[in-house]
Amino acid sequence: MNVPTWMVEAQGVRKNYGDLEVLKGIDLQIPPGSVTCLLGPSGSGKSTFLRCINHLEKIDGGRLTVDGQWMGYRLLGNKAYELTPRQQAHQRADIGMVFQQFNLFPHLTVLENVALAPRIVHKIAREASEIRARELLARVGLHDKTGSYPRQLSGGQQQRAAIARALACKPKLMLFDEPTSALDPELVGEVLDVMRDLASGGMTMIVVTHEMTFAREVADTIVFMEDGRVVETGPPDQIFGSAHSERTRRFLTRVL
Amino acid sequence: MDVDTAERAKADAVGPQVHIINLRHRGRSVVAIVALLLVVALGYSLLANPNINWAAIGYYFTEESILRGALMTIQLTVLAMLVGLVLGLIFAIMRMSENPVLNGIANAYIWFFRGTPQLVQLIFWFNLAFLFPRIGIGSYTVDTNTVMTPFVAALIGLSLNEGAYMAEIVRAGILGVDPGQRQAATAMGMTPTQIMLRITLPQAMRLIIPPTGNQAIAMLKVTSLVSVISARELLTSAQIIYAKNFLIIELLIVASFWYLIITTVATVGQHYLEKWFNPESGRNGRGRSAKRSRLTQISRGLKKSTAPTGKA
Repeated sequence: MNVPTWMVEAQGVRKNYGDLEVLKGIDLQIPPGSVTCLLGPSGSGKSTFLRCINHLEKIDGGRLTVDGQWMGYRLLGNKAYELTPRQQAHQRADIGMVFQQFNLFPHLTVLENVALAPRIVHKIAREASEIRARELLARVGLHDKTGSYPRQLSGGQQQRAAIARALACKPKLMLFDEPTSALDPELVGEVLDVMRDLASGGMTMIVVTHEMTFAREVADTIVFMEDGRVVETGPPDQIFGSAHSERTRRFLTRVL
Repeated sequence: MDVDTAERAKADAVGPQVHIINLRHRGRSVVAIVALLLVVALGYSLLANPNINWAAIGYYFTEESILRGALMTIQLTVLAMLVGLVLGLIFAIMRMSENPVLNGIANAYIWFFRGTPQLVQLIFWFNLAFLFPRIGIGSYTVDTNTVMTPFVAALIGLSLNEGAYMAEIVRAGILGVDPGQRQAATAMGMTPTQIMLRITLPQAMRLIIPPTGNQAIAMLKVTSLVSVISARELLTSAQIIYAKNFLIIELLIVASFWYLIITTVATVGQHYLEKWFNPESGRNGRGRSAKRSRLTQISRGLKKSTAPTGKA
């Protein structure tokens, strides 16, 4: 067995929705402990690619591994056997994901939202899972909201709770799908602060975002995508300062 | 322009002292009085009607066979709704299954039982013996007519029909849950069964309960159809009595009173059930969960308790 050097490795990943090819061969390597921001115009396939990483979307070609494991398949000889839903669930259990629309469970309190997966997926006792949930909620500044229901929180608080929920399973990788796009402008900062904190703690993060300042400041690598392809990859200084690609430069001048 | 400015100046000048006189809806009062008079007239014509034997209504209201009939009506309603709900859950999940065979069976079930009259179904089950004189497995069989009593035939007929309607209600409830919920749960590594039981169904319940309450109340009255297979529920009991003493209107009133009482109780029950599944309805809603988190806090000896239901 070779030790994986990459947390996420994509080779020629393709994805179609019917006749529409949304990913046209993505090649990407993401080292452990790094922060990667996926930028690009809407419809460029950033979110789709993110959802392929934890196999929320099934890929139609190429290969995608997380921590050395093929997502959604088991390799035997030269054949890849699709995993059962239970096995897929097991693979996803230590990958955290944060959604644009938060997707907190409205019928559970904030505390129950955070403590649920550790308890029923990782079989941690209720007491222990709730203690950890309280710690995580304190860390995102929500120690006084544990008993509230999601709808009683502001958007920024909901998204911070969603981050705490994703962290509850001690993920090796965190995926962020436009985490601040549904927030009022004045609430964006509090969520980005939590993410900044997480990044400095050494978490491997892949972030689809339109927050250019955040990307520039926090990312180790910027990946610019357009039309289902990776156009350019590089450190923020290079991408924001002197992008090689004309298309990248055009996009950045439009959004900055 | 000049007039406008002048008007505004005048308005500004008197502004603070102005009293607001609300529009008086005189027409509304007239209509209300007329409607009230009609209602009183109707009520009087009934109450003072010499052809209604009120004493008999009082007597039969608590007469034994009427009470037994009311009890059977309640039993049939509750059991048929429970079985219907379970069938509905199963067929709703089958209908949403990607397995084409399960999907087809569920579709056929819903198509058939919604498409044929309830009355036909009841009579069919009661007469099952004509089709299968004996039923059972292998060498163990019993006479169909000993098993298929009026009550059993009624229960089967009502449940199977209800299941078809409930399947559609449950399916609508499940489809009504935001797909983002399922995605978030999937991303957390929950299995499909866990997602259905812990995330989707609890949220679907809020959408399922109101139409189910409707169904239960409709069922209560549909049970009166089983009089055709002589199951002695409320209406049949009333019919048996008035066939002998001809107090037809009186016994229909007795039966109607009982139907109204049961419906009222069921409506109150539905109200509390809805509150239970609506987490933000305040202290009474989700009492179980609120109590639990309060208990865990006390057991940890935390002095500062966080209000479980948020807003004061």
